[in-house]
This record gives sequence, structure tokens and C-alpha cells, in this order.
Amino acid sequence: MAAVGNSVPRKDGIGKATGHAVYADDIVMPGMLHGRTIRSTIPHGRIRSVNVVGDVPGLIVVDHHDIPGRNVVDLIEQDQPFLVERDVRHLAEPILLLAHEDREVVDAVRVEIEYEELEPLFDPERSEGILKSIDIVKGDVEAALADADFIVEGTYRTGHQEHVYIEPNVVVAMPEEDGIAVFGSVQCPFYVLKALKSLLGASAHIRVVQTETGGGFGGKEEYPSMIAGHATLLALKSGRPVKILYDRGEDMIATTKRHPSIVRHRTGVMRDGRIVAMDVDVLLDGGAYSTLSPVVLSRGCIHAAGAYRCDNTRIRGRAVATNTPPNGAFRGFGAPQTEFAVEVHIERIAEELAMDPVSLRELNALRPGDTTATGQVMGTDCSAHMVLEEAVRRTEFRAKREQYRGTNRSIGLALFFHGAGFTGSGERHLNSKARIDLTERGVRIAVGSTEIGQGTRTMHAQIVADALAIPYEDVEVAQPDTTLVADSGPTVASRTCMVVGKILEQCAMEMKDRLGGMSPADYHAKHGGFSVLRKYEPPDWIEWDDHTYRRDAYATYAWGCDVVEIEMDPDTLEVRPVKVTAVQEFGRPIHPALARGQIEGGTAQGLGYALLEHVVMRNGGMANAQLTNYIIPTTLDTPEFDIVMLENPYAGGPFGAKGLGELPIDGPAPAVVNAIRHFGVDLREIPAIPERLVACASR
Amino acid sequence: MRFTLNGVATNVDAHPMSRLLDVVREECQLTGTKEGCGEGECGACTVLVDGDPVCSCLVPLAQVEGAEVVTIEGLGDDHPLQHAFMNEVGAQCGICTPGMIMAALSLEPDASIDDIKVALSGNLCRCTGYSAIYRAIMKARQP
Ligand code: FES
Ligand code: FES
Repeated sequence: MAAVGNSVPRKDGIGKATGHAVYADDIVMPGMLHGRTIRSTIPHGRIRSVNVVGDVPGLIVVDHHDIPGRNVVDLIEQDQPFLVERDVRHLAEPILLLAHEDREVVDAVRVEIEYEELEPLFDPERSEGILKSIDIVKGDVEAALADADFIVEGTYRTGHQEHVYIEPNVVVAMPEEDGIAVFGSVQCPFYVLKALKSLLGASAHIRVVQTETGGGFGGKEEYPSMIAGHATLLALKSGRPVKILYDRGEDMIATTKRHPSIVRHRTGVMRDGRIVAMDVDVLLDGGAYSTLSPVVLSRGCIHAAGAYRCDNTRIRGRAVATNTPPNGAFRGFGAPQTEFAVEVHIERIAEELAMDPVSLRELNALRPGDTTATGQVMGTDCSAHMVLEEAVRRTEFRAKREQYRGTNRSIGLALFFHGAGFTGSGERHLNSKARIDLTERGVRIAVGSTEIGQGTRTMHAQIVADALAIPYEDVEVAQPDTTLVADSGPTVASRTCMVVGKILEQCAMEMKDRLGGMSPADYHAKHGGFSVLRKYEPPDWIEWDDHTYRRDAYATYAWGCDVVEIEMDPDTLEVRPVKVTAVQEFGRPIHPALARGQIEGGTAQGLGYALLEHVVMRNGGMANAQLTNYIIPTTLDTPEFDIVMLENPYAGGPFGAKGLGELPIDGPAPAVVNAIRHFGVDLREIPAIPERLVACASR
Repeated sequence: MRFTLNGVATNVDAHPMSRLLDVVREECQLTGTKEGCGEGECGACTVLVDGDPVCSCLVPLAQVEGAEVVTIEGLGDDHPLQHAFMNEVGAQCGICTPGMIMAALSLEPDASIDDIKVALSGNLCRCTGYSAIYRAIMKARQP
């Protein structure tokens, strides 16, 4: 039986269901110390003095003087220090590290820090610290606006979102004979390796091993490099293994979140509904350091005109610095913010024209042959109309919209898309590799792509099994260890199936040729093992200009249309989702049950983003850093899902697959707010908490 | 402090105010029980005490003196719920899974989907959107 297309048992399923799977906090080593991070208590200023109170026997103390190499977390820019030297740029910034064998002792240590305080800046609209700006220009937007029958303008805002992976961050560092080994809950072991090389110096011997990871969603993309650096410094100083485990509060206060956004639209429309000009301005609050903001902005801008055709488009984007903890990667990576804005704006255009919102979308949605804002020509893998039509038909959207008028029920939709893989020339620069090894029993996959719940091990094994025509059970997957596996690039950007899966498929095909019809076991018995290593070859037609942001931003896009039915409490204005229909096209599902899980889980996160998840910032830090008052969806907040997976195979992906992981989070927020709009509430901001609805309704 | 852990008489020498969660994970080295928040909100630390699901991060050791405590390890490796969670993809990252399964154990065999939702409302899952968890629980009951 073919593995691809069937919901074979997850490789990691039974370990997780029995409690045997080993997460980083489950690791205990002889002589292990517990690390603790002392953080700034002000958002902006200079350190005058740091003083560890009292004499605590056995306490290990590390500050920036203990760093043998460079005091920067090496990412896109080299601006963020592992430990503050003098200048504090945000609340909860790491200053000093402590470790002790007894967790209670280290937790009780008092550290006094004197500061010279400086005026903090929290408002991104007032920031002059530009981390990145982007300009996308197509046609002549001003001329087209001048010729349009109507101009519709609007400003849309989204707040922070906290990842709330249920396993908080944890890393264990252990001195080894000639270097250091790091075990951690990480998405990108090779990012950690790069950061540690800059911390320790290039000649250091470093091994980074990913342990079972209890969720990531982008939250364990870049921040674990910081924690790994801290644990490493403590381990090197003490000569003993050190575990740093964040509790929930520390994890929420100190680590990255989704960038808040302010997006302005000015759109020229003709009387018949044709969109002729789109002028979009995107502002992201990057927080105190650059981290991944430049690339989050990039993806956000490229998706900012939505799934629509428009000959005259200008998208200007800026990510700016403020004195808040840096924002970073979160599933969707800028696109949920800009697609929220454009989809709510499209709904407002329909309202202004007194046009049916589905008809307006049908008229303007991208079709094969149309070009996007960057000038990318859509191929037959463009499915905007397919998902829209199926969602509308299936939910009887138009009839329900009429039927619910004047009741406490409403229905709304959003049409969206998501580019798979790194943006533009990113995949070419990444130069990812994958390797498979012939073993006694079958084949072992050896890549740095991590299993963080989404099913990496399982779908990679399915792809390799079918490409080699061997049973799925004969394929094993190596634990990512940077000294043992190929660097297949980071586990981000919906690229693990489509890009890494593709290299693995090619490795398997090459191995199959070499086996010459023998089974792996027979071949191994006769000739011994061998490995196949291959590099990613992006499709040769991809053209991209990093300076002008023109042409093929992504090799392909996945498409979705979400329809959300909601109920509103007439007294409290609390909104409850009742049903979500998610129609999504992502090439072809390698594992239907895993794919369904990605859609259901991403949709639930999107509903949380839309309705519940409100990060309250006070003095530059998260004031509600607890699960008691930062609310994510529970069973009772999560509605019934109708998931529809449409197929439109993409020739460049393994077995026709595109990327899926992020697509589902782009749709729910605008669909919810569009449903709220049909109650007559002009809301342009998420989360749609009752206080905001009350304010809008009374306006 | 004496109690029964997964059917075995156990005597632990720890402070009576130690969290049951730490005692199980550290003293007894049963790491299948997870910590997601330490504040009683996520349910990842759910164990059974005298048959009832509780958040072990909120229970002081003193409170289980003489009680029967069951953790995920107490189910063995072959429980129908474990197989169903695997087959229905009720576990993605898996960090909530032991707690979910322990909470689901207390459901009546004829529990409706609404009963399941209420029973699991103290167990957070950030990966699945819960539907696959309901499917797993429904499936586990089928003969
Ligand atoms: S760890 Fe006990 S409820 Fe979260
Ligand atoms: S499977 Fe990841 S939190 Fe539930």
C-alpha cells in the first residue's frame, strides 16, 4: 500500500501517547545545575551597577565578561546581545546568569541592579528606528486612484499574539570532552549552532540536539539560540551540565510574540466593483532588536494586497524599533496581519458599493495568468476561485447571510493565500541539503528539519518510502543532531514538506537506482551501507530581485477560504464562534489526518487571535503573562470545524504537495471580523474583545 | 509520605508541601506527566488521585497521603485511548497528551461530545484545535 495519501501511524504517536517521549525537561544529568536569568526591570536605560547579594556557596555567576567570542545572537543582523553590557533596550532583557545545584537556592538569590533610566518609546508610529523598509511598486497607483470612481480608505490594527506552546522553553547544555553539547526544545538546531559559534568562536566544538519539542509555532525559531547561549556559558563556567527552564510567566514576558501591525489601505474601485488601484502602508512593531523583523515584514508586504488582481499597486512597509521585547516568528510570519487588513478592507469596499461581498471577490480574485503585486504570473496552481466557490456553495453563504439578518447570528468569510518556502531568492541562498542512509533494516532519514508536532518525521518517511517503493515501517528518522544530520534549513515557512520533502524524494530516487531492484536489507547484506546526499534545486523559472521586490516571490501558493458563523451575546457583546468551514488547497495532502490537524489547529489559533488573545502591555512588558488572564481557546471556545481539502497538485513539490503549516492561520481573524461587520459593528482591530465592540457599537 | 503510585505502594521522603508534580517527575522519575504552566490552567500535569483527575501542579504531597495516584505510566503501553490518540492524530507535539488521556479516562462510556468538551475544558491543547482529540476518544470506545 502506498504511504503517501494515507493516514499511516505517526512515527512519534505511541511515544507521545504513553508518556515515553523525552522532552528536554525530562533530561536529568549527574551533577546538573539549574540556571536562572536575571533580567532588566526597566524598558530603557543604562546599567550603573550589578550586585549579587550575599555569599551563596556553590553559586555560579556569569555576565558578559565571560563570553569568549562575540556578544551577539547571530541572526540576520548582529544587534542583539546575549547579555546586556551597559544599554538596556527593553524590559526583561538578560543581564546576568546564575546557576546552582539546588533550584530553590538559585531562585532565592537576590540581585540588585542600579540603572540610569532613559525615556522609553513604545509607540511604533513615533519610532524613527527603521529596522527595515520595503517598497513594492506595480503600475501607477496615483494615476489610477485619480481615475477611479470611488476611493475607499481604512486603517486596521492587530495586536501581539503569544505562541503559548504548552511546553515552555527549555535547554540543557553539557560540557563534552572537547566542547559543548546542547539539548533543547528548538525548531532550528542549525540556527542555534550558528549563534553558539559566534558566542564561543568558530573553532569551538558544538553539538546541538533537538529533543522532543512541545510545540513551536515560530516561537522556538530564534529565541532558543539565546537560551542555548546562556546555558552554554553557565555550563562552560561551572564545568557541569546546566538546565535552563523558563516558567510560563518568564516565557511570556521575555520571549518573542507576533508583531503588532497598523496597516492603511487606500483603494480605487470602479462602479462595477473592479479594483483598479491599491495603495497599502504596512507598519510593524519590531521591538527592541531586529531579530527576524526584516523577513517578517517582507512576507507581510508581499501578502498585503491579498489574493486579488490589481494593475496599479503600491505597498510600502516599515518595521520599526520600540523599547519592548523583540517580536519574532509566529506561524504566518507577517501575512496574518496584512491579510487581516486587506480582507476586512475588501468587505468594507463591498459595503460602500452596496455589492455582495462574494461577488466583489469573484470579480477581483486572482486567476491563472493574472499577476500579483510583485508581478508574479499565476500558473494553474492558483486556486483562489476554486476555494471561494466551494466555501460559498458548501455553507450556503448568501442564503445564510440573508437569513441571519437581524438575529444574534452572523456569517463572514475571508479569502486568503500563503506563499510556501522562503521568500524570493531565499531558498537559493539557503542551499538546503538532505541525506538518507541505507541501513541494515532499511533506510534512515538524516535531516535537521525538526518534528515539532506537525508531523515532519511521518511525512518525510512516507515520501521516502514511496519513492523507494519500500514499506513505510522500514524508514526510520534520525534525531536531529547537528553533527550527524544534513542541514536541511530551518523548520519554518511551510517548507518542511514541500522543499525538504522534495530533496528527500530525489535522494530516495537516486538510492533506488543504485539498489538496482534489490531491497535495502538485501543490498546492505551484500554490499554494505551507503548514503545519498542532495541539495535543493529551486525551480529554474524562479526570478527574483531583492532590491526591487519584483517577480516570483514564492515558488507556489496555498489557497484558502474560511467561512465563520458566530453568535453575539446582545448584552455583553461577547462573540462566540459556532462553526468554521475551512476550504483549503495545498497541492495534495501527504498524510490527510496530519493535514487536517494542521488546518484545525491553525484555525483554532486564528480564532484565538481574532477573539480572545489580548496581550496587555504595561511599561513595555506583557502585564498579563499568565494563562489565567491571557486566554487561548479551550474546548469550550473552539467550534465545530468542517475541513475541506481540495487538490491542485504542484509539480515542484513531492507527490504534488505544497506547503500547508501556516496557511490556516491567515483566514479566521478577517472572517470573524467580517461576520461582526454584518451586525453593523464597524470594527477594524483585533482581538475583537467585548470592550472594543462596545466602543465601536456606541460610536 | 506513603501513597500508592500506579498500583505500587510508595514511600517518598519529600517536603509535605512539595508539588505532587515534582514528586512524580523527580523523586519517582515518571516524566510522562508534564508541566505547562504550574498554575492550574493547562492540565498538562493531570493525574488521577483516587480516580479523579487533578492538576498535580496544585496538589501538595501531603494531600495524597494514603491515596491512589495514577499517572500516564500507570496505563501501560497498550491502552485503547493511547492507540486511538496515535491513530487519530490526537497528539501533535504531544505535550498535552498524557494530561488529556488522564482527563479522558473519567468520561462515562456514553459521554456525548458536549460532555467530552466539558470534561476536557481544563486541558489546553495549542496544536490540534481539539477535534482530533474528540475523534480519538470516540474511536477508543468502539469495540
Ligand atoms: S502545569 Fe499544572 S495545570 Fe498547567
Ligand atoms: S498536541 Fe501540542 S499541545 Fe496538544
